Amino acid sequence: MRIVVASGKGGTGKTTIATSLALALTDRPILLRDCDVEAPNAHLVLSPQLTAREEVSQLIPSVVETRCTGCGRCAEVCRFHAIAVLGGRVLVFPELCHSCGSCVNNCPEVALDEQPRVIGVLEAGLVPNGPAFAHGVLNVGEPMAGPLIRRLKGWEFSHPVGGGVSADPVEILDAPPGTSCPVVETLRGCDYALLVSEPTPFGLHDLRLMVEVVRALAIPAAVIINRDMPNNRDLERFCRVSQLPVLMRIPLDRGIGSALARGQSLVAVRPEYGEAFRGVFAHIQQTVHGGVP
Amino acid sequence: MQIAITSTGASLDAPYDPRFGRAAYLIIVDEGTEAWEAYANPAVNASGGAGIQAAQFVADKGAWAVISGDFGPNAYRALEAANLAMFIAPAGEALTVRQLIHLYRGGKLQKPTGPTQRRHYGMGQGAR
Repeated sequence: MRIVVASGKGGTGKTTIATSLALALTDRPILLRDCDVEAPNAHLVLSPQLTAREEVSQLIPSVVETRCTGCGRCAEVCRFHAIAVLGGRVLVFPELCHSCGSCVNNCPEVALDEQPRVIGVLEAGLVPNGPAFAHGVLNVGEPMAGPLIRRLKGWEFSHPVGGGVSADPVEILDAPPGTSCPVVETLRGCDYALLVSEPTPFGLHDLRLMVEVVRALAIPAAVIINRDMPNNRDLERFCRVSQLPVLMRIPLDRGIGSALARGQSLVAVRPEYGEAFRGVFAHIQQTVHGGVP
Repeated sequence: MQIAITSTGASLDAPYDPRFGRAAYLIIVDEGTEAWEAYANPAVNASGGAGIQAAQFVADKGAWAVISGDFGPNAYRALEAANLAMFIAPAGEALTVRQLIHLYRGGKLQKPTGPTQRRHYGMGQGAR
């Protein structure tokens, strides 16, 4: 089972929820994948011992000058404008390339090769007395998070204890902020979306967008309200009208805030939330396996 | 000899568009006959690489030079590879395309020494 923690708005507490959910479910194998490859931060809370590492490359076209006639077919078929034919010469813009292979497959002179270009790295390991952990780190300046997230989601790494992740762990995916391609890439094929929001106009605005995304992908979802405060009417009303169950409310609390800022997990500073997270998981299990909305 | 000018409208009296890749129109003017033709910029709503697509377009139209307000890194690299000269409109002035052509003829327009803008600067702003 794969559970994605997403939010739309950044800074609502995705990593807070994802890490504490992973730490609270002590009765089964858990694997947390931090898919926010542009700014991964779950490792700061979990302190995993990273033992596996793999570079991720993207295939970029390169021109065999002796065969190229400058016909321009490659530029014509590239919908990302990553390749141009100017002054009779082929010009490749690697940062725009989505590695779709259209240029290579359509070149009438077979004058295009593909060369790997490293865009980031995957790392994984175990959290002592906690879940298995994996994350992706996109190189600074690289705009294409999607390919790295795809590889991270499918990565079967091995670690020294047990030689591999236990069969069929519950996977918790910490999504990037926003609702664009990297988030869709994270959500694709997953079973449940936990949407973390906050009672602010931006929190609600971006939650609306997020709900449209999960509905388009037909992924069941529920909401966790973080930094909740009294008289939070708009967010509660939206959840009610949209038939989104609110599975947990975490109050705006200075004690929680300063502990998180020191890198502690929510369940470490407030152990009573452990039970609440197990309740959230029970609800998700019911929905996914029991077919209950 | 043809030059391309970025424009907000399909007329020489329209204000020029300071963005290159995301300009609304690309107007190609023949320097000799002053005949001109306006083309809706095919790159205006591109999800990425607008500067490259616009550069490809003006190069395919046979222009030898481009006048705009700014050239981003990708547009600059593409235009340079195509051997197209770049000219920058004076900053902060609301000029029409016709006025820009006049300045160009008078030799009053500067050439950039490198990209004049960061990536994505022309996105989501509408005409400024």
